[in-house]
Amino acid sequence: MTDMLAGYRFGAAWDEVYTPDGEPRPTYGGLHEALTAAGPEVLASLADFLATVFRDQGITFDHEGVERPFPLDIVPRIITAAEWDVVERGVAQRVRALEAFLDDVYGSGLVFRDGVVPRQVVVSSQHFHRQAFGIRPPNGVRVHVSGIDLVRDETGEFRVLEDNLRTPSGVSYVVENRRALARVLPDLFAGHLVRPVAGYPARLLEALRAAAPPGVEDPTIVVLTPGVHNAAYSEHTLLARQMGVQLVEGRDLSVVGNEVRIRTTRGHQRVDVIYRRVDDDFLDPVQFRADSMVGSPGLLNAARAGNVTLANAVGNGVADDKLIYTYVPDLIRYYLSEEPVLRNVETWRLDTPENIAQVLSNLGDLVLKPVDGSGGKGIVIGPQATDDELAALRSAVEANPRGYVAQRPVRLSTVPTLIGDQLAPRHVDLRPFAVNDGRDVWVLPGGLTRVALPEGSLIVNSSQGGGSKDTWVLASPARPAEPVADAVGESSAVLAGADLTEPEADLPAGAGAPGLGDHVDGRRPLAVPPDLGPAEPPREQQQQQQQAREAAC
Amino acid sequence: MLSRIAESLYWIGRYLERADAKARVLDVHLTRIQDEPGTDQERQLRTLLAAMGVDPGDAAVTPTSVVGLLAFDQESPASITAALTAARENARGAREILSSELWEALNVTWHGLAERRMAAAVLGPQVFCHYVRERTAMTTGLISTTMVRDDGWRFLSLGVALERIDMAARMLSTPALAEGRASVLAGLLRSVGGHDTFVRVYQGAVSPANVAEFLLRDQLSPRSVAFSLAAAESLLRELDPGLDDRLGVADGARRALGRMRLALEFRSSAELLDDLPSLIESLLRLTSRTSDEVTSRYFGKSLLVRWAEEVAL
Repeated sequence: MTDMLAGYRFGAAWDEVYTPDGEPRPTYGGLHEALTAAGPEVLASLADFLATVFRDQGITFDHEGVERPFPLDIVPRIITAAEWDVVERGVAQRVRALEAFLDDVYGSGLVFRDGVVPRQVVVSSQHFHRQAFGIRPPNGVRVHVSGIDLVRDETGEFRVLEDNLRTPSGVSYVVENRRALARVLPDLFAGHLVRPVAGYPARLLEALRAAAPPGVEDPTIVVLTPGVHNAAYSEHTLLARQMGVQLVEGRDLSVVGNEVRIRTTRGHQRVDVIYRRVDDDFLDPVQFRADSMVGSPGLLNAARAGNVTLANAVGNGVADDKLIYTYVPDLIRYYLSEEPVLRNVETWRLDTPENIAQVLSNLGDLVLKPVDGSGGKGIVIGPQATDDELAALRSAVEANPRGYVAQRPVRLSTVPTLIGDQLAPRHVDLRPFAVNDGRDVWVLPGGLTRVALPEGSLIVNSSQGGGSKDTWVLASPARPAEPVADAVGESSAVLAGADLTEPEADLPAGAGAPGLGDHVDGRRPLAVPPDLGPAEPPREQQQQQQQAREAAC
Repeated sequence: MLSRIAESLYWIGRYLERADAKARVLDVHLTRIQDEPGTDQERQLRTLLAAMGVDPGDAAVTPTSVVGLLAFDQESPASITAALTAARENARGAREILSSELWEALNVTWHGLAERRMAAAVLGPQVFCHYVRERTAMTTGLISTTMVRDDGWRFLSLGVALERIDMAARMLSTPALAEGRASVLAGLLRSVGGHDTFVRVYQGAVSPANVAEFLLRDQLSPRSVAFSLAAAESLLRELDPGLDDRLGVADGARRALGRMRLALEFRSSAELLDDLPSLIESLLRLTSRTSDEVTSRYFGKSLLVRWAEEVAL
């Protein structure tokens, strides 16, 4: 291990595995030992194998027309039950508050009347859509799926970096990373009680069914993808396949009389719920961009008429705007009368001349973020920026202060990552995924850990050279380990046939279907052995004959 | 089943079969040219290109250029690489319907092409052909063992059947058949993997008439035209939702296939061979017309909505 850790810089940021003295933290004791036992050569070759598995299965994202893998690092990240408890409560609380906010913004507007958020801030957001006003989703849910991005700061505390309430992606990597790592390094899991993540598609399907228009008994659900060249296409296929629903493109849909239909080889079929992974702007050319080829004209009116549910709802972007982010702690207090469980990163609005002047004079020490950007686009990290970049930023901010927020640069926590055959500290973040079915906000115990692979880089986005890690949330010893089937819950009956109950490597033994083991327990052979072909004719005689002939010659 | 997905599956079937057939033909052709260096190489290669519908223009035709056109070049629509790329692209758009193993097989095949092409530069193009035959055989095996027999499987199988008819007709179109050299005829049989069977059935009597008959209407050979016609017919029958054959077959595509099958089955050998060139042409027309009819009936696309700019009056 000393080899693999040669040159490891301890204590530069909050390292989740090693203390500043280079000792493994208690949680990581077992993992540290397992990695040491494997040694650098084995780890490097396993990492190669892992990359091949991903390539062969086509688990890739499409970046500017090129299919690329999203490299999975071989060292998992561990989150203890106690730490996860905070994350889980914090994420669920945030989603509930943001749901209430969206309902308010596209409804009665009490939040403006009570002066919590200025109306101006909301209506000036690029993602505020008047077209969504007055559409109330059947079970009240607009944020069926969310991804709340968290980071751990210099003291190890989880902070919220941003909210993603539109079409957050990455959950397929959570599922696939676990499968791949369990396949390649099963020994690593020994001694850890890791909570399974394979139940996600079942939860999502349950939430989508719950969102169906009233009166629809057995809703037809589809996943709407922009197409094979979308960055997250492989995720769309995975979700559709594991939920057992159709994956459709805009050209498969048509809207007639405010009803959405798909075109099949046996005529048309009505659709009730659309889990859409197409952005608002492209969803409906009648309402939004008229040049969109990936949406379907009339979708929004069908939703307004109550004949189809769009998940996530249109207009959610107004609540994950980075300017609104600064108001979220207030929104939690306003709607839920609770204190925020997870704190924001210190952020300043550029809403007064004093603030603007203050930020402009400290550009080199701050992180400036465009309020409507995503995927890490347009972010300028002051301490790492050149003078030219800062000058360009200054004029951009002066021209449009509403377009930016300023943030304290957080030195993200680090986790050892295999670079060549050496472990090196790399910065990570965490995107937990939450599913809201209208009764409960469920947080997938895992989430996507993204890692910035270049040394010192703080940008973890997949499109900018990021990788990922399998994220293990440990079950607390008191908590009974949940079988995957647990997550399927009430709707398991209707899910028959879908690929949801595949056994997880991280399942404790004996968590399968009760009763099955009674019949086939592997302790004694079954009564009927497999059939065998006719026995070979005795070989000795044939050989003897031959020898006899030879002798005769 | 979504029309778009059905169309993808149909084309996966066609492209996969096309890649396999081309790899076989090319393999046999190249071997023969190597075995018989004295023969008129360029003419043979030109015939092969013509059969595959490729016009090389005035450029010189060499084994290298033919291998490029029919195997390696992504830009050449007639190449194996193009066919396997198209199969994989179609599979990519239908991933949630395919079994994961099948998708993985197509994906891995495609990823391996570049490497085999480099190997072929050193070891000869047969390495590439061998890889393609092996991978398509494996993929076909997975189709047979992992796909449920629903409409998706039927569309895929229909694609395979039509492509087989098409490729068999192309193979029979070469003038080499009429010349009747034994090595050419044997090559023709090998390229459909039917040489050994043929020898058993005809007791080794290799004549152009026997070979043509075998390829056209052997009822038991899975690569004969009659066999594939029957397969396509019954797949279309199963796909037809409102089926009622009491007063004849309403489906035009199925009628045409059936008429052709009967023409093959009930003609005498002499009639069959007299008319071979026009028979081949009608087989090629039949597959392409059937493809069109299936497309318009089952894969019918909506008209793209285009929005006009508002013009101020």
